[in-house]
This record gives sequence, structure tokens and C-alpha cells, in this order.
Amino acid sequence: MDFKLDKAHQLQRELFRNFAEAEIRPLAKEMDEKEAYDMDLLAKLQRYGFLGIPYSKEYGGAGSDTLAYTLCMEEVSKVDASTGITISVHTSLCCSCINNFGTEEQKQKFLRPLVDGSKVGCFGLTETNAGSDVQGAQTTAVKDGDDWIINGSKIFTTNSGFADTCILFALTDRKVPAAKGLTAFIVDLKGTPGVTVSDNIERMGIRAASNCIVSYDNVRVSADRVLGPVGRGFKIAMGALDCGRIGIAAQAVGIAQGALDEAIKYGKERKQFGKPINSFQNTQFKIAEMQTKIDAARLLTWRAAVAEDNHEVFGPMAAMAKLFASDVANEVTRFAVQAMGGYGYCREYPVERMMRDAKITEIYEGTSEVMKMVISGSMKLK
Amino acid sequence: MKIVVCIKQVPDTAEVKLDPKTNTLIREGVPSIINHDDKAGLEAALRLREQCGGTVSALCMGPPQAEGALREALAMGVDEAYLLSAREFGGSDTYATATIIAAALRKIGFDLIITGRQAIDGDTAQVGPQIAEQLHIPQVSYAEELRAEGDSMIVKRQFEDCSHLLKVATPCLITALSELNEPRYMSVGGIVDAYEKEITVWGFEDLKEAFNPDWIGLQGSPTNVFQSFGKQLRAPGVVLNSLSADEAVEAIMQRLIQRHLI
Amino acid sequence: MSKDIFVVVEQRGGAVQKVSIELIGEASRLAADLGEEVTAVLLGHQIADRAQALIQYGASRVLVIDHPVLEHYTTEPYVKAVTHVIKTYDPNIMLFGATSIGRDMAPRVAGRVHTGLTADCTRLDVDVAKYQEYLRTSTSLSLQPERIDSLDTSDRYLKMTRPAFGGNVMATIVCRKYSPQMATVRPGVMEMPQRDPARTGEVVAVDAGLTMEDQNVTILDVAGNDKKVVDITEAKVLVSGGRGVGGPEGYEPLRALAAELGGEVSSSRIGVDSGWIEKNRQVGQTGKTVHPGLYIACGISGAIQHLAGMEDSEFIIAINRDETCPMMKIADLGIVGDLKVIIPKLTEAIKAYKAGQVI
Repeated sequence: MDFKLDKAHQLQRELFRNFAEAEIRPLAKEMDEKEAYDMDLLAKLQRYGFLGIPYSKEYGGAGSDTLAYTLCMEEVSKVDASTGITISVHTSLCCSCINNFGTEEQKQKFLRPLVDGSKVGCFGLTETNAGSDVQGAQTTAVKDGDDWIINGSKIFTTNSGFADTCILFALTDRKVPAAKGLTAFIVDLKGTPGVTVSDNIERMGIRAASNCIVSYDNVRVSADRVLGPVGRGFKIAMGALDCGRIGIAAQAVGIAQGALDEAIKYGKERKQFGKPINSFQNTQFKIAEMQTKIDAARLLTWRAAVAEDNHEVFGPMAAMAKLFASDVANEVTRFAVQAMGGYGYCREYPVERMMRDAKITEIYEGTSEVMKMVISGSMKLK
Repeated sequence: MKIVVCIKQVPDTAEVKLDPKTNTLIREGVPSIINHDDKAGLEAALRLREQCGGTVSALCMGPPQAEGALREALAMGVDEAYLLSAREFGGSDTYATATIIAAALRKIGFDLIITGRQAIDGDTAQVGPQIAEQLHIPQVSYAEELRAEGDSMIVKRQFEDCSHLLKVATPCLITALSELNEPRYMSVGGIVDAYEKEITVWGFEDLKEAFNPDWIGLQGSPTNVFQSFGKQLRAPGVVLNSLSADEAVEAIMQRLIQRHLI
Repeated sequence: MSKDIFVVVEQRGGAVQKVSIELIGEASRLAADLGEEVTAVLLGHQIADRAQALIQYGASRVLVIDHPVLEHYTTEPYVKAVTHVIKTYDPNIMLFGATSIGRDMAPRVAGRVHTGLTADCTRLDVDVAKYQEYLRTSTSLSLQPERIDSLDTSDRYLKMTRPAFGGNVMATIVCRKYSPQMATVRPGVMEMPQRDPARTGEVVAVDAGLTMEDQNVTILDVAGNDKKVVDITEAKVLVSGGRGVGGPEGYEPLRALAAELGGEVSSSRIGVDSGWIEKNRQVGQTGKTVHPGLYIACGISGAIQHLAGMEDSEFIIAINRDETCPMMKIADLGIVGDLKVIIPKLTEAIKAYKAGQVI
């Protein structure tokens, strides 16, 4: 067992880190305040292959792996969690569905532009009445000749404000439970009649990320847009979320490490009672505790990523990583704000943003409660 | 066009400190980077390849770990990489270094050679011109703009107070300023490729026919380091109180003149 | 036997550059230690009338190479001409200014005659006693006196001292096996010599065998420098204002001073946050980290975040009413007083001083 990254992964991490420091950090505060993602930054992410990391060169991807993808997620999320989720939804939720379930023709036609940096993807599963429990899903697709007609509405669709391609889940059979009646479709969001994307939903954190309601009003799609077998959408969605949770775990590790680094930097310079606050043992012990937890979260995340790369069962590992890392992200960001006192609470410093951003990691792509369901469900408790 | 870019792996000098007791450099834990001017040279070469086709090779002389700089160059998109590394090359000054690199360049072949203007560790700016001298080709140093025109290069050459627009026929050597461009990052896929490619490593045996062995390394270098040391720590300053404005100006002027600041 | 110290004089558009005069001054001091003479090498076109001034500043002889191919600087004709001088006169030492011309020409000359070259020197010594004194008083070697004392005092080689690793380290370089011993020397470091109108010397016209065909590049255009975007991290001098400047107009006298010093204006955070000055001029943790040769802090008390961005400046002058502020503690020179009075007077004083220095 070797816990060291190999040279290629080290160089990738250096790239992600340098890029994040030089290109993302200067924009993070402003993007958060404007609640809008910077499109020039998105174009740079595309240019340097950040949106196709674990996908084969055969389809125009970077030809790297899930481990490299977690390194990217951590490094970008250290400075801006919104960039993290933008990459993650595109990579783990949208592209993985086509990569794992698409036909060769679908991969060439739809996956290639997504992973070669030409297009951006999103993922439409959640509805107002269907969150953790998919049973409440109401969006339908009805067969009309060879085509399908889609009606309904999806909420919290990350990236939908600018995405080109959406993996959309709609009920194609209302007579069976949703878990058996969902089908996945590949839908073009731009220029498709009947598709409407709302303004950004106002949120507490990851405010720079695009997150909208997408409505489908008699949207006609052709048969080649059906992804995987009809009625197997639930399985596809759950598989994508397993992948996604590795990304969110890495995002949470990044938020936590970013916040701790800020607190450490501040504590070296800030003096109270005549000495830098980092020289107080209470501060030192808290920092030691936080770093230990972050390292543990990172190792859980890497374990899940390597398992996915090795084609092993990784769903429960991904759930553990996300459960733990999201908890750590919230604890560490709260500590960072506290450690920096009044300044930590001010928007001049990034830790208040990190604290707001951390919360969502316990909620999206499966809440912490759902993570416990996944983990316990894999443990043969009954 | 066949372009060869000479790059150097350097310590991030902002982080290099001298051990005050032994007067030797503390290099542990100091990150290594591609020298800034050289990286601009790489970017210029990649843009020329996009403009006129051809190939870009990266060449680096240094210890085995300088391979890292070449991997980075490959990950930015260069086609092939050469590492010149041998115990016999150690201790080379600029003349000896240019002798070794020129020998390798003759072996590789080139239409255009790009080097950085100077390295941030040595700051000499001498190796580029000395390579050109050994290869008997024209040089243009301090390039702040660069484009190809047929078999010639059009270069904006920077001086302190003006610039010249020069036309120089290939084969030639150009030294790049970091102002020349904003170098691209490596790409994720480029890093994957970089570790799938072979780096050609040449040692003394591979090059000994191509240079005079008496002119390389510590022994063959015309210059040698006599002493190295750090500057003395900042002496405590003085605070002058209750001066008239004219006395204050006088006190400042005295320091400015003494320290050649005016 | 190699003999005498040669200074390659740099002229642009016929104007002899200040660094060349500084070098003649330094060469004269070295020549005195060696018992040799100073020769100035003047290259250009229709520049022979500048020779007398070089003699008045300390050269015993001026070699003039006047040819139309030398009108504008290009590498090959200049290298050929200087190489001819070396082959003909066999100098002991040859010095160039470490300018964008000197640093282009000297390495090629050194390569052609096969000798060593030391770049960007800030100190030159022949006399070992003087060198030892320098090591004792100004360097970290003062902690190892035995190393200083063990130097061979009969050594007459040129000891060329220069910064490396971004100025973190100094190295002294020697070239014992080849001649001439060559160095480029940083402008503004060596002391300007006094001009003596009574000095006389020899002016020799040299034919270096130049032809127009020696120029292997074509000059398409010569352009003045366009004003570049301000980057305070590149500035050699920063005049920085803080709360004490009082408002946007308070930066005006600072700008005048910066212009006179060839530097830029920068600011602490308060000036930027108050909208007095643009953000790209902010020094400090949330601004830029700078290390100019001279940092003049005007009305800046020196919050830790600001100090972190500038404390590595080579020379710091603080002007402030508050004698106890943190900036005063790290300044090399602290002036307690009113910057609104002192700064304009200082600008005038520098102007007057420079007017007296024109060549």
C-alpha cells in the first residue's frame, strides 16, 4: 500500500493548484457577490482539460483518472467551492452517465464535445416533490411515433444557466414505482423548443455556481436521445450519484483545507495578549485536530476514487467519504471563522464564504442521512 | 520549422536562503520551477508551431531531477525532450554550459533556437549568446515580440529606452523576455501524455565527440567561484526626531547619494 | 603580457551612457592598484568628439572605432570590433556596462576570444586587503574571520563580486586561466568620477576591418518605449502613501518625487479602500509584495499586513509624525515630521542635485 501520489498525479496537482491560485482565487469573492460564474474562467477550465479529466482520449477527454479528478476538485474548492461544483456536476453526473451507459454513437456525438471542452453538461433529477425520495417524480416522457414528448420541471439543476447538454430523468411508465419507471434522456438545453431555464435560485452558499429551475413544455426529443434501456433511469441516476459523491467529498476536503490554511496564515500574524495567536497551545491543538480530520477525509476520498478507477464496488466508500468529509468541512470552516474572530466574520476574508459554501456538501447529491442509508444498506445488518 | 527551446530548472529564488554559519545555500524544501524567461520561450515556440507548423523540442541541462522541467514542457505541448546530464558537466560556467548545449544542438538539428534571456538563479544572460557564438549563428536577445515571416524571424528587441524591430534569417537564436507572452498552463491531458513519452538523456559519452572535453565542467570553465557569502543582515535603522524640514531633507539626500539611489 | 584596463563605452544616439563613466571611474581605481592604465573603447558612427570627455573622466587613451555599421547597435559588428581590439591590444581586464547592450555583446566577445565573463557585477577588487575589508564589514563572512584572513594577499587577479539567487546570495568570481578578465557591471553602482578638464590623453582611431555586410540582422524600425502598464513589483523605487497623505490630492507630491527618482507611487490599504488611488498600486497582504531598492513610506504607520508586503525592500525611509509607529522600527531611516513639507522640498533637492551631475 502506497499513500504517495505518483509523479504524474503530483504534476497534475501542481497544475490544479497553480491554476486555482492564479486564475480562480482573484475572482472568487466577486463571483460570490455577483452570484454569477465567470464565463472566461469557464472557458479556461475547458481549454486546459479540467472538464474531461477521467475520460478517455478516444473521446477527446484528458485520459486521466478519478484520482486526478479528486485532486482537481480539492485544489479548486480550496479557493472556490462554486468552481468545484461546476466541474463536478459536469464530470460526475452528466458525462459519467453517457460514458457508462451510452452507445458508441452517443459517446461520439454527445460525450466528445462535453469532455473535449466544447460543451458543458448538467443533470436533471431533483424535482420540487422528489428529492431524497425519487418516488414523487412528476416529469414524464410519452412516446409519440419514434420521438418522445417531455413535460415537467426540474429544480436545483446545477450549471443549467449555461449548460448545453442535460441528462434528464423522466417517467416513461407511471404504472410502476418511479425506481422502475424512470428513463434517462440526453436533452439539448439551448435551442430546443419548450425548454425554459429560470433565473438563478438565490442560495446561502456556492453562490457563483449556476443553479436554476428547468421547465420542459412539450419538449420533443428523438429516439437516439434515450440513454440506456427505457425504464432503467433510476439505476443510471444512482450510478452517477455514486461517482458524484467522490467529487463532493473532494470538494468538502478542499473547502476544509482552504479554510484551515487561511486560519493558519492569519494566526501567524495576528497578535493578541502580546503574541501571535498561533503560539497559544489551544490554537495549536485545535489546528492539529482539524488537520487530522481533513487528512482522514482525504484518504477516504482517495480510497473511493482508486476503487472506482480499479472498477471495484465503490458506492459505499464514496458515501463514507462524502459523509465524513462534508461533516469535516462544516466543522473546520466554523473553526476558521471562530479562530479569526471578527475578521473571520467579515467578507474581506474568505472564510465566511467557505463556511456558507460548506453547508451544501451535507445536502446535495444525497444528504448525510441518505449517505448513512447507503452505508448501512451495504453492511448486511438484517 | 524545427524549434529547440533551451530551458533551465531553477529554484524559486524568493525562497532560497543562505545558511549564515556555513555560507552555503539552503535548497531543501525549495520548489523547483521552469525559469520564467524560458517558459515564455516555450510558449513562443508553441505559438510559432501553431502558426507555421513544424516541431518543438525542449532541451535542459541539469541533474537527473531536471527531468521534472522537461515533463512540464511536454505537458505544455512540446513534441520531444532532451536532458543533458552527467557528472562531468557539473560546475560548468556559462562558457562551458554553452559548449555542452551547442554540441547537443548540433546533434539535434534546428532552424530556430529559443532560450530565456536569463535564469533567475544565476542572472547572467550569457548562455544564450554564447550558444549562438559557438554555433556561428546570429542572435537577437531581449525579444519582447516575435513572429515568423517565411524563413526569417521578425523580433521586437527591447532596450532600456527604445526598441528595434529586427529581421533575422534562420537558423538563428533568440533570447526571450518573460514579457513576450503569458505562458499557457500544462493541460491535464498533456500531463498524461508527458508521462507516456520518453525523454532522451545524453551524458558525457553521448556528446564527447561533439565538443572539446577540456572545455567543459568545473575544470574547463574559464571562471570559478572564489568566495560565496550572504549580505550582512539589515543594520538597525535610525530615527531622527525634531529636525527642521531642511535638515530632514539633508539627512535623506545624504543616504540617497551614499547608496547611489540618485 | 596582458596589460591595462579597457572600458567598452556605451553610447546611444551619440550620448555616452552614465554607466560607462562610472566604469572609467572604477577602472581608474583598479588601475592605480595594478599600476596600469585605463583605455576607453568608443564605438559608433561620428562619435569621435566624445573622446575628450572620456579622457577628462580618467581614461589615458581612447580607441575610436567609427563606422556607419555601428550607428545603431546590432550584435555582430560590435562583437567583431571589440574582438579586434582584444586581439590587437591584449587587455588585462575589460569592462562593459551590464545593460541590454553590454549583456548582449560581452558574452559573444568572451565566447569568440575564449575567456571568462562575469555578469552584472556590483563590486570589483584587485587589492586583497580592500577585498578583505569589504568581506569583514559588509558580508556574512564576517562570522568566519579565519576564512577572510587566510586569503593570499599577493593575488592580483580581478575579484568580481555579484549577487545571485535574486540577491539572496553574493558570489565572487575569478578568471585565472584566460585573458582578458571580463565583467559586465551593474549601472548605478560604481561611483561617478570627477571630471578634470585639464587631463590629457591619447586618442587613437582604430580600423577594425568592419563592412556593412557584418550586420547579419536587418533593422526594420526603431521605436521609443511606449508607456507600460504600471507594475509596482518591477519598480526600483516606490514612494508609498498611507493615511497620512490625507486624500487623493495628497498623492500628487508623492508622484512628483517618484518621477524624480525614476520610480512609482504605491499605497497602503487605506488609500485604496478610500478610493484615493487605484488598487493595482496597493502594497501588502491583500495587495502586492514588493522589494524595491528604495521604499519611502509616507504617512504609513505600518500595519503588519502592510509590512509583510514591503519589509524586504533594500532601503526603507519612513516619514511620519508618529515616532512610535511600527514602520519607524523597521525603517533604515525614520524621519519624524510633516511629509507635506518635507516631500516637496526633497523633490526640489533631488532635482537640483541631478542638474549638477549632467555629463
